[in-house]
Amino acid sequence: MAKELPGADVAAEAAGGDAFPAAGQPLLRIEAVAKTFGTFRAVAGVSLDIKAGEFFALLGPSGCGKTTLLRMLAGFEAPDEGRILLGGKDIAQALPHERPINMMFQNYALFPHLSVRDNIAFGLKRAGMARADIATRVAEMVALVKLEGLEKRKPDQLSGGQRQRVALARALARRPQLLLLDEPLAALDKKLRENTQGELMELQRRLGMTFIIVTHDQEEAMTMASRIGVMKAGKLAQVASPRELYEAPRSRWIAEFVGDINLFDGESKLRDGHRLVIGTRDAGALVVAEPREPVGAGKFAIAIRPEKVKLSRRAPVSEAGRETAINTLDGVIADICYLGGTTTYKVKLDTGGMLQASVANSARIDVDAYSLNQHVVAWFTPDDCVVLPS
Amino acid sequence: MRKVSRLSRFNIASLALGLAFLYLPILILVLYSFNASRLVTVWGGWSLRWYREFFNDRAMIEAAWMSLRVAASSATIATLLGTLAAVALSRGERFRGRTLFSGMLYAPLVMPEVITGLSLLLLFVALNAERGFWTVTIAHTTLTMCFVAVVVQSRLGSLDRSLEEAAMDLGCNPVRAFVSVTLPLIAPAIVAGWMLAFTLSLDDLVIASFTTGPGSATLPIRIYSEVRLGVKPEINAICTLVIALIAVVIVIASLASKLSSSQGESAAPL
Amino acid sequence: MSSRRIFARPARFAAIAPYVWMALFFLVPFAFVLKISLSQTAIAQPPYEPVFDLTAGWEALKAAFAALSIDNFRLLGSDDIYVFAYVRSLTVAITATALLLLIGYPIAYGMARLPKRWQAVAMVLVIVPFWTSFLIRIYAWINILQHDGLLNQILLALHLVSQPVVWLSTDTAMYIGIVYSYLPFMILPLYATLAKMEPVLEEAASDLGAPPWQVFWLVTFPLSLPGVGAGVLLCFIPIVGEFVIPDLLAGSNSLMIGQTLWLEFFTNKDWPVASAAAIVLLVVLLVPLLLYERLQKRQLEQER
Repeated sequence: MAKELPGADVAAEAAGGDAFPAAGQPLLRIEAVAKTFGTFRAVAGVSLDIKAGEFFALLGPSGCGKTTLLRMLAGFEAPDEGRILLGGKDIAQALPHERPINMMFQNYALFPHLSVRDNIAFGLKRAGMARADIATRVAEMVALVKLEGLEKRKPDQLSGGQRQRVALARALARRPQLLLLDEPLAALDKKLRENTQGELMELQRRLGMTFIIVTHDQEEAMTMASRIGVMKAGKLAQVASPRELYEAPRSRWIAEFVGDINLFDGESKLRDGHRLVIGTRDAGALVVAEPREPVGAGKFAIAIRPEKVKLSRRAPVSEAGRETAINTLDGVIADICYLGGTTTYKVKLDTGGMLQASVANSARIDVDAYSLNQHVVAWFTPDDCVVLPS
Repeated sequence: MRKVSRLSRFNIASLALGLAFLYLPILILVLYSFNASRLVTVWGGWSLRWYREFFNDRAMIEAAWMSLRVAASSATIATLLGTLAAVALSRGERFRGRTLFSGMLYAPLVMPEVITGLSLLLLFVALNAERGFWTVTIAHTTLTMCFVAVVVQSRLGSLDRSLEEAAMDLGCNPVRAFVSVTLPLIAPAIVAGWMLAFTLSLDDLVIASFTTGPGSATLPIRIYSEVRLGVKPEINAICTLVIALIAVVIVIASLASKLSSSQGESAAPL
Repeated sequence: MSSRRIFARPARFAAIAPYVWMALFFLVPFAFVLKISLSQTAIAQPPYEPVFDLTAGWEALKAAFAALSIDNFRLLGSDDIYVFAYVRSLTVAITATALLLLIGYPIAYGMARLPKRWQAVAMVLVIVPFWTSFLIRIYAWINILQHDGLLNQILLALHLVSQPVVWLSTDTAMYIGIVYSYLPFMILPLYATLAKMEPVLEEAASDLGAPPWQVFWLVTFPLSLPGVGAGVLLCFIPIVGEFVIPDLLAGSNSLMIGQTLWLEFFTNKDWPVASAAAIVLLVVLLVPLLLYERLQKRQLEQER
C-alpha cells in the first residue's frame, strides 16, 4: 500500500522539474513501481518520495523486495510498471551506466585486478574526466575515507574494514546525486560495524548527499537513517522516522518486526473521554489512550513495548485511587533473561497471558532483581499502549 | 530468485552456433552410416548394409577387439596408478622429488603425442621387447594415468578435509580414515578417471602407431589407413558403433556416479 | 602435530608406484631419444649406430661415446625442409589458437551467463564430443568437405558457387579440423574462470558508468586472463606437434613438424634424424610447457 504523501512534498512536486532540487524537495520519486520474476511478485507497487539530503533506510526481512527495489534504482532491473523520477526525469528504463546514481555493493564488488587507486578512479575515467582532475579527486577520496598510503594495494591485500572504505570511496568519487548502499556493513564484525555506522552518518551529513541504505538489521536502520521504509512482501508497510516506527507502528506485523512487543487481542468495550477500555482474553480489561486517528468499535490488538512495563512488588500507591488511570496486572516471574544493561522478565499473568518486561539494571548491586516464581505487579499507563487493527 | 538471466541475444546466438558446430558433423556421420548407397553423398534410403560389411571384415573386428582389450587394461592400471599419484600429490604435503613427480604427471597431458610415442618406441626397442598388446598398453597407461591423476586430484582438493579429521577423531588411523571416508567420496572421480582413460586409449592413433608391432593394429590404426585411401561408407558404420559404445560408457558411468554420490556433483573437470 | 602431517606419511608411500612407472616410461625414454638423436643412421636393426652394448666392456663403450655427433641437428638447421616445418608448425599453431580463442570465448561466455542449472547441461554438451574419437571427428569433416560432400552440395544448391570448391587438402580444411577438435580444450578453462567470476563485478562497473563494451574489456576480460592462458596453452602446445589433422586434411606440399618426424621415422626409417627433430620440438615447446605446468599446479593448489 502506498504511503500518503505529506503536504510539503505535494507542494514540492508542483514546483518540480528542476534538474537538481534543493534540500527538502523530493530528489527521487518512486511511483507505483512493480517487478515480477516469473510468478513471484518481488515488488508490488511501491510509491515513495526521497528528499535531497536524506538518509533513508529500506528495512525488511529477506525476500521482502528491498534489494530488488534498490536494484531498480541502480538500473540492474527494469520495473515492469511504474516510474522512477530522479530530479523530475523518468529514469526507469535508463541503463545503469547512464544514471547519476552509484551503489556500494554488499560484498563491495571491488575489482580484484585493480589497485585501490584504480578502483576509485574507475568511475571517473568512465566519465571522461581529465587525468589531473582524476588524480586530485582520488586523493580527496582517499583522504576522506582515511586510506592514505594504501593507494597501490590490491583489494586482496586489504582488511575487511579497508575494503569497505575503498568501496565507499569508489561509489562517492563520482559525486552521485544518490548513493545506494546494499547491506554495506553486513560483512564487518560487530564492533567495527558500530564505528562505521557513525562514520557513515558523519560523512553523509558533511557531504550533504542523499543515501538510501538497504538493511535487514533494524538496529542499523534505526541508528543511521532519518527515515525508514519497512517493506513486507513487495510492499511498503510503513514509512516513518525511527522513533515513530517504534512507538507508533501502523500494523501488528510492523510492531512485531521492529523490536520486542507484548500483544493482546481484544474487543473495545467502552469509551471514557479520550480513553478506551478494551477487553482482552489474556490480560483482562485494559485502559488505553485513543489513537490520533479515531477508531470505531471492533476487534483490536493492544501493543506494549517491554521497556514501558514497570514491575514492582506491590501495586503503585499513587495511582491506587484512580481505578481507570493505570493498568495493573498481577502475576509471577516465569523466566529471567539477564542481558547486561537490562534484564528481561517474563511474567505469567494471573489472567492467563504472558507479559514481557524489560528493566534497566540501573544499580550494580541487585536491589531491583526479582527471582523466579516471585509474585509481582506489572503496570503501564494508557499512553504506553498502542492500539492496532487486529 | 532475484537473479534474472543476464543472457543477451549475442550469448544465445554464440551458444547455439557453437553447439551446432560441435554436433552437426557427428550427426551427419551417424546419419550416413545408415545410407544404402555406396556413394557417400547420395542418399539411397535406410540400410544396415555397412554394419554387416563391418562385421564381415575380419581385420577390422580383430583391430576393434585389440583396441577394447588395450583400453580396458590400460585404463584399469592407469586408474590405480593415477589415483595413487593424486593421493600423494594432494595429501603428501612436501616430499623430496615432488616437483619432478608433478612435472612428469602434468607434461604428458599436453606433450605432442609424436614425442611420447617415439620415445616409448625407442625404449621398447632398446629393451628388445616384443611389440604388441603389452607395449601399447604400457604406452597408453603412461599417458592416461596423468589424466586420471588430474581428475582425482581436483576432487581431492575440493574435498572438505575436516571430514578426514572427523574420522580420525572418531578413532580411525589415517589409512582407515582415507579408505572409509575419503575413498567413497572420490569414487565418482575415480570412475570418471577410468572412463576418460578408456576413451583416450580407444581414441589414440599416434602413440599406438609407434608402439605396436606388425600384425597387432588397433582400431584407430586400421581406420586411419582406410581413411587415407578415401571415404568408405563402412567407416561411417564403424565410427557410429564407436560413438554408441562411448555413449553407453558415459551413461553407465554417470549413473554410477549419481548412485554413489548424492551431492550430485559432476566430478569430471574435463 | 596437524592432521595434515599425520596424513602426509602414508600418502607419500602412495607416490612410489606411479613415481617408478613415470620415471621408467616417461623420463628414461627421453634419455634414449637424446642418445639416438646423436647417433648415425645405419641399415640394420635397430637402424642406428653406435649401439651401446654394456657387455662389450669399457673400451667399446668409450668408442661408442666418441661416435656420438651432433650431425643430425646440423642437418635440421641447414635443410630448408625442417626449418620450414618448424616455422609452419608455429604459424599454424598460433593462427589456430587465435581462431580457437575467438570462437571459444563467446561460447564460454554464453555458457557462464546461462542460469545455473543450464550451465551444467551446457558443460556436458561441450564435453561429450570430446569423448567421441578424435579420428572419427576428423573423418566426419572429410565426409562433409569432400568434393561431392555436403558442404559443396549446399553451396551449389544455394547458387553461392557454380562448381564444387576444393576444400580437402587445403589449409582451410586443416584449420576447421583443428578448431573442431580442440574447441572443448579452449572452452572449458575459459568457462571455468568466467563462471567463477562474480556477476556483481560487472554490475559495479556498469554502475560506475561503463557501457557494456567497456564492462567487458575493463573487467570481464582482464579477470578471465587465467582461463585465457590455460586455454591457449592447452591448445597451442599439442597443435604444434599435431600429426593426424594436417595429414588428413591439409595438402602435402608443406608439412608440419609432427608430419616430418613421422615421415622420417616410418617412411625414411631415419630414426636419428626423427629423434633430433623430436628434441628440437621439445625445446621449442619448453617455455609453454613450463608455463602450462605452473598454471596447472597453481590451479590445483588453489582448490585446496
